[in-house]
Amino acid sequence: MKDKTKKYSLFAGFIVILLLLISLPSYASSYRVIFVTNILMYVILTLSWVIFSGPTGYISLATAAFFGIGVYTSAILSNALFLPLVIFIGGLASFCLAFVVGSLTLRLRGMYFTMFTFALVQLISNLAHWYEVNVTGTVGRLVLSLESTTVYYSMLVVFCLVLLASYYIKHSRFGLALQSIGESEEAAAHSGINVTLVKVTTFAISAFFMGAVGAVMTMRWTYVDPPTAFDIRLSFMPLLMAIFGGMGNLFSPIIGSSIFAYLEEILTTKFPYYYMLLFGGAMLLVIVFMPHGIEGVFQKLQKINKRESVEKT
Amino acid sequence: MKILDVQGLKKNFGGLAATANVNFNIEQGEIVGLIGPNGAGKTTLFNLISGAITPDSGVITFKGKDIAGLKPYRICRVGIARTFQSVKIFAKMSVFNHVIIGYLFGDHKHKTSGTSSEEAEKILDFVGLSGMSDRRAADLTLVNQKRLEVARALATQPELLLLDEVMAGLNPTEVSEAMELVRKIREKGITVIMIEHVMKAIMTICDRVIVLHHGEKLAEGKPGDITRNKSVIEVYLGDFACLPSKT
Amino acid sequence: MFIKFLDIVIGSLLMGGIYALIAVGFSLQYGVARVLNVAHGEFLMVGAFAAWSLFTLGGINPILSLVLCAPVFFMIGFLIHITLFKRLKASAESLAVFEGNSMLASFGLLFILQNLALIIWGAPVKGYSYLAYPISFLGAVFSANRIVTLITSVIISVVFYLFLARTRTGKAIRAAAQDPVAAAHMGVSINKMLALCFGFGTMMAGLAGMLVSMTSIMVTPFMGMEYTLIAMIVVVLGGLGNIKGSFIGGFILGLVGTIVSYIQPGLSMVAFYLIFLLLLLVKPAGILAK
Repeated sequence: MKDKTKKYSLFAGFIVILLLLISLPSYASSYRVIFVTNILMYVILTLSWVIFSGPTGYISLATAAFFGIGVYTSAILSNALFLPLVIFIGGLASFCLAFVVGSLTLRLRGMYFTMFTFALVQLISNLAHWYEVNVTGTVGRLVLSLESTTVYYSMLVVFCLVLLASYYIKHSRFGLALQSIGESEEAAAHSGINVTLVKVTTFAISAFFMGAVGAVMTMRWTYVDPPTAFDIRLSFMPLLMAIFGGMGNLFSPIIGSSIFAYLEEILTTKFPYYYMLLFGGAMLLVIVFMPHGIEGVFQKLQKINKRESVEKT
Repeated sequence: MKILDVQGLKKNFGGLAATANVNFNIEQGEIVGLIGPNGAGKTTLFNLISGAITPDSGVITFKGKDIAGLKPYRICRVGIARTFQSVKIFAKMSVFNHVIIGYLFGDHKHKTSGTSSEEAEKILDFVGLSGMSDRRAADLTLVNQKRLEVARALATQPELLLLDEVMAGLNPTEVSEAMELVRKIREKGITVIMIEHVMKAIMTICDRVIVLHHGEKLAEGKPGDITRNKSVIEVYLGDFACLPSKT
Repeated sequence: MFIKFLDIVIGSLLMGGIYALIAVGFSLQYGVARVLNVAHGEFLMVGAFAAWSLFTLGGINPILSLVLCAPVFFMIGFLIHITLFKRLKASAESLAVFEGNSMLASFGLLFILQNLALIIWGAPVKGYSYLAYPISFLGAVFSANRIVTLITSVIISVVFYLFLARTRTGKAIRAAAQDPVAAAHMGVSINKMLALCFGFGTMMAGLAGMLVSMTSIMVTPFMGMEYTLIAMIVVVLGGLGNIKGSFIGGFILGLVGTIVSYIQPGLSMVAFYLIFLLLLLVKPAGILAK
């Protein structure tokens, strides 16, 4: 019973936050709206990353690649098509790439997969650069940017979609299959689960949202080029945020990424020259002292509390 | 009726013949023991049948269908299930969900979740895990984890069950319980092949025994005949000393 | 025609030598110490900048800098291992967890090193001219620094190779690279070995960086990542833990890169990735693995 009331209160709290978010532009400054948009971007990327890498344990560093594809899709199509369609196509393009890459590389042992996803980002970035130099003639392209409120609401929609997707996957039989693959791929395969299909599909779903968020983010910019679109930091940040927040349930990554993204935004504005240094230092501290993230710290505290109360009796 | 037919099966690992031209068949409803010294290729044989690895050459026929080289999930859906030598359970998952997974994914007739709970409870009762549905698999004792593996395998509605050293690490009481479970499984109409080193079990419940050595079939026959087979005795020097002198 | 051919050969050997050094360093760090050091290229970058600073500000000959800086780079790597990675290893529940955590930690190092380089040396590209005069060889003309760099990288490779093949420590390293567990059982002090290998890895990266700067390739704080990727590809090509394979793989990639650059400049990295993908799909153990 206690578990259920906890769940309901968390859910209620979440609804309140959602309502606050929806009404944000009406009471907050344009600056704040943009600030929250950026934070939402990181939260969505982290949630997308966790959809696949959480249960399976395969560390993907391809986030920047899928994000970038969404960026370029948006940059190319933004004048021609209806906004939600552009975002959808951005996501779809990443979905397709992830499906193909996943089919080829997901049978590789963990670290090799990670290495290849790391290389994928550079591969696509290099290809884009080469294409722009040799075919288009100019590196980078100008983008039509949109009002901050439009971008904000688009981001909010993608956020809700990724939340729904995460929740649904976790509580469906697909999610059960995914979890079993993470625990023992061989046993899962022998229990009738088409392991490759499940892994590849999940990878592609997570890529969809990364592409969608890239497409939305482009509308905040006026100019895109390969280094901006395929920024490798966008591959590491969600990973770090997921570890920082913990991946045990749906809320931990949201809380972790919100805090971390908030810090990142503050650091980039206050210390534009040192922030990577501070960030790298923060990464090291988190990895060394909090390998299971804040969730892990909470669990440790709970254990200490339990032990103390037992000792007292 | 022949349920499984293996002809000319070969598998090499970097120059070493793990399985070298193995031929045998299994009748429906049998309990067949698969024995041999360590490294004889028993688990490799299971891996070839269950699809974990593909043979270099040879034919594996199950109920008349050629299954060699199929992926594990297909072989599971066709009706072959197995357990593993080193217990492969889903550590953080509940006992109940293990069985549900087998039930939902393991049969070619895709199930709806409607009857799954009842079926799952029935299977848990059958293997002796009643009342443990909510426990985390990692928290179970070894013998219960092995029961769980069997339950998960049974949930896939197999016609052939491959048990890989399911009695390893069990005390005598647990071994007897395991033997009883294997008998019950056969009574349900499921054919069983079991890899075992616990000779008492092999001798007591197996209808037939196949002996592997260096990847080849060394001998085949009734348990009593096997213990009297000269080459088998040589290979297993002294292992039969623990058996009662009368079979 | 012959000139083009000779140019390709020299170019291949040159880049190949550098790639081989980086790859061997990376192989030691991942193969033995099990650290997927994504910051490997950043140490190369630091080496390049060090050579630039010593030459431009101190007038020190880059070849001399190589000798002076080698132990420094080694020490840096050694210290990083015993302060950071050893600690991570002790607290990790399994090898997989350690590999993941150490990779993430190396990301932290990546950011720190890049930012430090930006602060110390700034973003604009740098280069220096050393032995940039032309030499005539078999009727073709080459820049002296390329020849000198080539010879130096060959010498370093040979020296290190002899070290691995002839000395006790070297043999222990090779054993640990092939099978860390077995080596530990044979009395090799594993902790010292890991830190040693990590240190050698950093040293290789630093030396490679100094060599790169000698060939008048532009030095920037962002040059590192490309080399990290090349190291990964070479290591997969040559087989993980296979030091000889990393040497040979480096030269193969050097050849491929130089040829592709001739046909279509800017696509050499793409060619490398495609090779990488093909390797991972067809033979992840490496084409030179047993």
